[in-house]
Amino acid sequence: MTTYLSIRNLSVSLVSGQRVLRSVSMELSRGAVRGLVGESGAGKSMIGKAILGILPRSLIIDEGEIYLEGVDLLSLTSNDLRKKIGTSAALIPQDPLTALNPSHRIGRQIINRLIDILGWEKPDAIRRAYELLDEVQIPDAKRVMRSFPYELSGGMRQRILIASAFAAEPKLIIADEPTTALDVTVQKQILKLIKEMQTRHGTALLFITHDLGVVSKICQSLSVLYSGKVVEDTSVKKFFTKPKHSYSRALLAASPKYTDPKSNLIPVPEKVLSFVENQISLSDEVWMNDR
Amino acid sequence: MTVNIFQIRDLFVDLPDLTNKPLIGKIPNLSILKDISFNIVRGDILGIVGGSGSGKSTLGRAIVRLLEPNGGEIYFEGLNITHLSEVELRPLRKKFQMVFQDPMSSLNPRHRIKSIIGGPLKLHGFQDVDRLVTEALDHVGLPNYFKSRYPHELSGGQRQRVGIARAIALKPDFILADEIVSGLDVSSQALVLSLLQSLVKELGLTLVFISHDLSVVRRLCNKIIVLQNGHIVEQATAKKLFESPKSDYTKELLSAIPLPDLDQIWN
Repeated sequence: MTTYLSIRNLSVSLVSGQRVLRSVSMELSRGAVRGLVGESGAGKSMIGKAILGILPRSLIIDEGEIYLEGVDLLSLTSNDLRKKIGTSAALIPQDPLTALNPSHRIGRQIINRLIDILGWEKPDAIRRAYELLDEVQIPDAKRVMRSFPYELSGGMRQRILIASAFAAEPKLIIADEPTTALDVTVQKQILKLIKEMQTRHGTALLFITHDLGVVSKICQSLSVLYSGKVVEDTSVKKFFTKPKHSYSRALLAASPKYTDPKSNLIPVPEKVLSFVENQISLSDEVWMNDR
Repeated sequence: MTVNIFQIRDLFVDLPDLTNKPLIGKIPNLSILKDISFNIVRGDILGIVGGSGSGKSTLGRAIVRLLEPNGGEIYFEGLNITHLSEVELRPLRKKFQMVFQDPMSSLNPRHRIKSIIGGPLKLHGFQDVDRLVTEALDHVGLPNYFKSRYPHELSGGQRQRVGIARAIALKPDFILADEIVSGLDVSSQALVLSLLQSLVKELGLTLVFISHDLSVVRRLCNKIIVLQNGHIVEQATAKKLFESPKSDYTKELLSAIPLPDLDQIWN
């Protein structure tokens, strides 16, 4: 199987020295869907940003390697990186309203991507845009192409972003909490759509979320993140039947299920947290000594 | 015996529709809530659920009279509060309190926790404010030294607990919680939910809990109202609603929830 994305021992820290990611490793091959779960501040989104080369300036990559289709992204110049990312990777962001330019029509926003990044001719790009809108099941594509983002509902906007993410046939798509802003019924449609498109195109998908329910529905494997460290890297099946790490078990125990109202929701216990913290500070010491 | 704390009769709420505002002239009205009737029994934990735009929050705001309804009546402890003025409402306000969705915008960033919780107490003429603040913090499980902190120094879950402390400090009969756990991680969410549950028992509160998350509602509430496009499509006890949902919309909502469970059929 072709490995599309491979991250090795990626460590990122703030300029002030505080660590954000601690030796994160993961692999994603063609057609694979990996969930990236953790609580807020665990560094989920930072992994996505590091891959796409859009880390905030206050963060620096201390060590590690990121390979996209065998190309070492961190060794590229910023121009080459942009070209590589533009053609091989795409992002489905969380908030569809801020991700779309409010003053441009939808059509222009999809087409420009194809013209600017891939160097397509305009008529081809327009044809492709219609194909894409059809693929993400948008009715009345002609009207939507001429609409402004504010004229569309949240679900429709998210469909547009999915369409434009798949526009350049990327090898890797990073979905950063794409459904948190949506209703459950719309969420279901969007998740199914992403899954369907991903399977059809054989894209590798990195799905960032805090919702274990979503993970159980669309991912094959997952990495559980705590404070920038991957505490468990396992298949979805194993995670839900036999979670190994105590933090994974605690996360599962804290997630509500409407089918099981009697279950006592237990916040992650202090004992588990201090155990994880301990593990992390041990690995930090090793890291500091190595430097 | 069941005593109704709130009675809502044929409630209609319209809000100005600014998206269709003409350049000059009157702003058209958009009808948000249509013909809503239900009772809130003392001691209940009532969940109000529905998709976005279904009117959940508008209904909540109308109940505690942050909005004035266009039609229908709202009775609080037998008193008609539908069209009371702000001045007439003020003495009643300490009996029904609200906890908001986003603690960062509902807690004043320039005030310390002490004055955030103490402010409403002073306003309502309570004596011995400092002791009451300590008591309230104690109830929500926050240490005393948090009094001198600012909201930005707290985590999301702690901020939400300050919001709850501010509401219960006045010793209200009724609390409206509007999506108060939707911005929290599962861990802090679990903490806030069990806190709410124990407070309701301990202080004899009546709680209305607005949420889009049916799993959370199932955990906390004993009665549930399902809203769709401003209409009540179903109201039932939690047990009934989840075990044998009547309306198609409720069924659709239930089947759409992704459970952290591999066995769930989700197509």
